[in-house]
Amino acid sequence: MIGLEHYLTVAAVLFVIGIFGLFLNRKNVIILLMSIELMLLAVNINLVAFSAHLGDLVGQVFTLFVLTVAAAEAAIGLAILVCFFRNRGTIAVEDINVMKG
Amino acid sequence: MISSDLAIILPEIVIAIYAMLALVGCVYTGKDALAPTLVWLTAGLFALVAIWIATSGGGTATAFGGMFIDDGFARFAKVMLLVSAAAVLVMSQDYMQRRGILKFEYPILIALAAVGMMVMVSAGDLMALYMGLELQSLALYVVASLRRDSAVSTEAGLKYFVLGALSSGLLLYGASLTYGFAGTTLFSGIIEAAGEGQTSLGLLFGLVFLSAGLAFKVSAVPFHMWTPDVYEGSPTPVTAFFATAPKVAAMGLFARLLFEAFGGVTGDWQQILAFLSVLSMFLGGIAAIGQTNIKRLMAYSSIAHMGYALMGLAAGTQFGVQAMLIYMAIYVTMNVGTFAFILSMERDGQPVTDIASLNMFSRVEPGRAFAMLILLFSLAGVPPLVGFFGKLYVLRAAYDGGLVWLAIAGVIASVIGAFYYLRIVYFMYFGEERDDTLDRGVSPVLWGFLALSAFAMVAGVVNLFGIEAAAAAAAATLVQ
Repeated sequence: MIGLEHYLTVAAVLFVIGIFGLFLNRKNVIILLMSIELMLLAVNINLVAFSAHLGDLVGQVFTLFVLTVAAAEAAIGLAILVCFFRNRGTIAVEDINVMKG
Repeated sequence: MISSDLAIILPEIVIAIYAMLALVGCVYTGKDALAPTLVWLTAGLFALVAIWIATSGGGTATAFGGMFIDDGFARFAKVMLLVSAAAVLVMSQDYMQRRGILKFEYPILIALAAVGMMVMVSAGDLMALYMGLELQSLALYVVASLRRDSAVSTEAGLKYFVLGALSSGLLLYGASLTYGFAGTTLFSGIIEAAGEGQTSLGLLFGLVFLSAGLAFKVSAVPFHMWTPDVYEGSPTPVTAFFATAPKVAAMGLFARLLFEAFGGVTGDWQQILAFLSVLSMFLGGIAAIGQTNIKRLMAYSSIAHMGYALMGLAAGTQFGVQAMLIYMAIYVTMNVGTFAFILSMERDGQPVTDIASLNMFSRVEPGRAFAMLILLFSLAGVPPLVGFFGKLYVLRAAYDGGLVWLAIAGVIASVIGAFYYLRIVYFMYFGEERDDTLDRGVSPVLWGFLALSAFAMVAGVVNLFGIEAAAAAAAATLVQ
């Protein structure tokens, strides 16, 4: 029987993979965007699992909001990335270094 | 039913509809030629809405089943953020127009960010919190990279986006855990589930993740990495905006969440906030010392100031919230003036952000140098000026709240922090002679804001312009 704990574990694992992808990735900014998406989707799994467990629809409504915002966020991220590429001709993470820090 | 709900969020609706109409209107007509008009129009609208909110009278009202709360605290924060946003818009018009980066999208994005910030300080539900925060953040990511053809500006936008999205992810994960373990997303429901002595581990994790996400937004250490780069890379008017209104909104949201949703477990989050506060104060003070770029310096300065504001919250008392609100009001006033000065720093018409360029500035323009001197003293918290009273309030709040060690750390950090403000004063008055001094003359708008802000720092010592009583009333509605 698959219970709430299993869903929460999967979500936690996905979330941690997302965070690690963000910090360990040294290659490509697109991978950063994918990591962010992974984190948000992990949250969605959490919300839907809780929603089903509690018998409460609010969690699923929240999920829809998160999905919508994630789409808008990805659009803005890609737009900024395109501008960055036009200026620098690269989207490698190690090249985001005009300013120190 | 629905009409009474809509009446409560009417100010937000007005600004949102204005932003959308302005967007469509500008696209089909003059585009960027309309931008200067639009800037003034937006600033005027902000001022009008601020007056409207300030005079709309007391009372607490909730809309949409408790998702949106309109109380004294929200109104105080909204007035503060709208006025500062209007001030920054007015200051940026001339600067951006002369550099050809005054796009018509700029005031519209600021208006949308303002709607997001107003929702943030009024949020009574995790969903409202998230939507408000994202509306603000998404607009700010775009304005950070407003100078599309500049590598620095787009890099600032990209960094802000990636780290902002990470913080939203952390916040959301916390929200999902809180929802799961409290069974509701309403703050009024969470506070019942998170009572003293019966808090589940899941709720605590939720609280920690939510705090981490919000600490990113207020740029508290250890979640501050984005701040210096974003402040340096963004166009200066945008930096001025980042340093004022969004900070107020994020602080307001932080206070709202902690007191309305987790008010029963003060002991649990007090430690987190005290930790964030002490690190921010010290890192902000120490890391700013080596900076040569004044925008970067202001970034570290804002980190340190957020540390003090968090100290007020960490006290966990009504007086603490009052102290935080007073501190934010003073901080915003000082920053508007300081950025008016930074915006006016030019050499041969080109913007300069190098601190060394201020050498012997007092000889070039004694008036502006003196106004900046007052602001810097106030930022450092030198006694007779208003900035000192802001610090005094938060220190007393921490002391009364039993965090004596935090108050002592705050005093030490403010002494360290005074060094880099006074270093600028030293450059301006006793620096070395240079040939390439900054330009004389300044636009009357910038000079007006600079003078007004410096004057407020001196004149405010009489009664703080009545902010104290207003903040006390606002804090009383948040902390029952």
